Amino acid sequence: MLDDKIIILSALAYIGILFAVAYYADLCARQNRSIINRPVVYTLSIAVYCTAWTFYGSVGRAASTGIGFLPIYLGPTLVALVFWLLFRRILQIVKTQRITTIADFISSRYGKSQALGGLVTIIAMIGIMPYISIQLEAIAISFAILRQYPDIEAVDIATTGTLWLDTSFYIALLLIIFAILFGTRHIDTTERHEGLVAAIAFESLIKLLAFLAIGIYVSYVLFNGFGDIFAQAAADPELIKLLDFSAIPGGFGGWLSLTLISMAAFLFLPRQFQMLAVENTDERHLRTASWLFPLYLLVINLFVLPIALGGLLLLQDYPVNADTFVLALPILGQQQELALLVFIGGLSAATSMVIAETVALSTMICNDLVMPILLRSRRFRLNHQTDLSGVLLAIRRISIALMVILGYLFFRYVGHIFPLVTIGLLSFAAAAQFAPAILLGMYWQGASRIGAMLGISGGFLVWFYTLLLPFSGWLGAEFIEHGPAGLTLLKPYALFGLTGLDPITHAVFWSMLVNIGLLVLGSLIAEPSIFERVQAQRFIGNTPEDELLVWEGSVQLSDLRTLVARYIGQERTDKAFSNYARRHQITLTDTQQADPALIHHAEQLLAGAIGAASAQVLVSSIAKGRRLEMDEVMTILDESSQIMRYSQQLEQQARELSAAYEEIRKTNARLRELDQLKDEFVSTVSHELRTPLTSIRAFSEILLANADLEVKQRNEFLQIIVSESERLTRLVNQVLDMAKLESGRIEWDMQKLDLRQPLQDAINATWQLLEDRHIQLEQKIDEEPIDFYGDHDRLTQVFINLLSNAAKFCPEQEGEIAITVQCQDSIRITIRDNGPGIPEQHLQTIFERFHQVSNQQAGKPVGTGLGLAICKSIIEHHQGRIYAVNNADQGACFVVELPTHDSVLAQTESNV
Amino acid sequence: MPKQYRDSLLALFVAGFLFFNYPLLALFNHTLLWCGIPILYGYLFTVWLGLIGMAAWLINRSK
Repeated sequence: MLDDKIIILSALAYIGILFAVAYYADLCARQNRSIINRPVVYTLSIAVYCTAWTFYGSVGRAASTGIGFLPIYLGPTLVALVFWLLFRRILQIVKTQRITTIADFISSRYGKSQALGGLVTIIAMIGIMPYISIQLEAIAISFAILRQYPDIEAVDIATTGTLWLDTSFYIALLLIIFAILFGTRHIDTTERHEGLVAAIAFESLIKLLAFLAIGIYVSYVLFNGFGDIFAQAAADPELIKLLDFSAIPGGFGGWLSLTLISMAAFLFLPRQFQMLAVENTDERHLRTASWLFPLYLLVINLFVLPIALGGLLLLQDYPVNADTFVLALPILGQQQELALLVFIGGLSAATSMVIAETVALSTMICNDLVMPILLRSRRFRLNHQTDLSGVLLAIRRISIALMVILGYLFFRYVGHIFPLVTIGLLSFAAAAQFAPAILLGMYWQGASRIGAMLGISGGFLVWFYTLLLPFSGWLGAEFIEHGPAGLTLLKPYALFGLTGLDPITHAVFWSMLVNIGLLVLGSLIAEPSIFERVQAQRFIGNTPEDELLVWEGSVQLSDLRTLVARYIGQERTDKAFSNYARRHQITLTDTQQADPALIHHAEQLLAGAIGAASAQVLVSSIAKGRRLEMDEVMTILDESSQIMRYSQQLEQQARELSAAYEEIRKTNARLRELDQLKDEFVSTVSHELRTPLTSIRAFSEILLANADLEVKQRNEFLQIIVSESERLTRLVNQVLDMAKLESGRIEWDMQKLDLRQPLQDAINATWQLLEDRHIQLEQKIDEEPIDFYGDHDRLTQVFINLLSNAAKFCPEQEGEIAITVQCQDSIRITIRDNGPGIPEQHLQTIFERFHQVSNQQAGKPVGTGLGLAICKSIIEHHQGRIYAVNNADQGACFVVELPTHDSVLAQTESNV
Repeated sequence: MPKQYRDSLLALFVAGFLFFNYPLLALFNHTLLWCGIPILYGYLFTVWLGLIGMAAWLINRSK
């Protein structure tokens, strides 16, 4: 018979087994024969996700919404599929940075901010409290129902008597003891609790088996299989609604929002983070968990709907809450062993949650809330009490007790009016507030601490206003119906007029909007500090590396040891330090100064015990000198880079200066050269001008003086005067030409002509000269006309010049001049003489101005030196080339190359 | 894990997300029974089992 004593004894026996399992696991861990280092155990440990909510509440929810209980398990399934991609990174960060809680994780990412860690902890406490309460509620109700076996009576929690007779109170006390015993036995630098994990995994197994047992019983004993149940349900007009979406509050939108928050909750609930990340022993377990965990979820949920429908069909006449169908049905069927098994299963589900959650929360409260406050008091820091690990443990134990009692009170005075799942979703929505800061922080460097603080606070406030406040009923029905002080826009279930959503979806929408919005806005406005950026890089970067070692100052090794030992115990400290020494193959003596790497290692050891932010504060307080703030490091680097830039600028300027100097020097030399040339020119020209002028004057005077000169002689003198005048004219013209050519003021008379014409004109003009010198002229000119576009007179001038030059340098009596004209790709005119030729070094320079080739035969320079320069200018204006070569045998050859008319046209066209 | 397996798992995630939501979900939003099972219920659990199976297969292959 099932009476109080038997139930209580069974419960105690079960908890006794749990203790044994946990104790055994811890023992094995101490002997380094860990039994939890298996993927199956890991998977079962994260199945702590399924609590009394799953065990009792799912059926309750299915009974009113049909398949609407399912998204809470589909979300984690999807997340598990991408474990290896998403969570592995988080796992690595947790391991390398010695992160112990979710508050630690968030605070660490955003520059080891103690304020942020504290905020997250408080939110977690408030948010999880309802969740703990429903576990206690489940235990209380299940006990109350079971003890009435074989009757099924209504159970009203309010009538379960005073505190001292309330079994759930004693269960709560028992849970506190269990959690303390297995969660806070010592301060570990990694916060792992092997016994705890083993117990949790065991409980996951028990609850699964119990639920399967009841499922099979309902489906195949009370009914004839699934087909029977569903057929009967379909026949009932009320129940048929449960087979599709019609009974699901919020429809597809509600379905989606439940999926999303359960994804967030699965990762970021404190107990989940603890089991998934902190307690993980091997990252490869993630791979198995990827499919094994969804399988667990599937199996445990398979029978939920059938049980719910079965309960609705069979228990219509009984005043039983659907949350308790799993117990009521075996009682109905008079199966007391099964009922007891179900009770144990529910107990298992509830206790695993409470233990795991309170241990995680207590670590958070100690490391991220209490320690930072304690460390602010100098008195505490300077206190040379040898062992503070006792203080830490005490803080944690008190926290555990506190959370359980708070949960108990919530259950007794508030929570029992709502179905289990609804309260549970409250907590899910609270845990979801951590998701944006974490997920965005993992991928966006620009996410800043200010943004995270604003986002999380804002989201939490919205959650508080739209869920916790109305649910608690403190402000009464008026508040819900008409908003605060009648402001309908601020109705907690319909903010700003957004109606049509169920309260949970509504709250999730607004809180996420505010959370993400403030996170992004805050990060854009208040950019992350340099240290935040460094931390972000560690979280986002591809491989978590060792920290930048920026400890300045020094601390004696013994002091460091003492500090660490105060928090994690002497024995562990010694072990850790000797491991470090062995790994780095150095010896550590107490009197030596600890190097930055060792200081960093010590900081990490402390971080495992009291959180990263507090550890940093502590170590910096004892290191003489201080840890360089990141900002300072950056300023120093900045200054150096500024100096470097400055010196680079100076170098460049020096280079530019020397280049300019070189430039000036060259220009100066050139100017001097030109000046000299100018002087030469002036003297030459004046000499050249004076010579004929002198002759003209001389002969004119003679003529004037001697009036009775012979006619012949007079004519001879006049002839000289004439020719000298001509020479003078020629010279002046040349000079003027040159000047005009140089300044570009010449007017070209460009026309279409036959190039043979200027040549012929030139030949005609110099004919007399050639005749006089008895020079033989040979012409090889095409029969065809040569089309050309140019200035006729100028071209003639060129050819005259060349011919007369050739004539001047030809030997007397034996001179030969050959003119050839070729017209193929370009027009080529050559004028060869058989004179002495031109010395090699002068072949180029003869075309320069004022250059005069001394003609031995003539005895003095002939001409002004301008003639060929003028020719060059003219030919170049016609886009041609003029140059001189020496003949193979004797004499020089002047070559004029001009582009054909066609190629000129082509060029002009391409230039247009 | 080689890239193609990671990508396949990601694809599985996306597929799961699509299958488990509107509008694909709406296709099965009827109260019919198929082989005695409501089609919505059957659809969800079948897809669920399928995703698990595929994930298990992929992960075993990648080892």
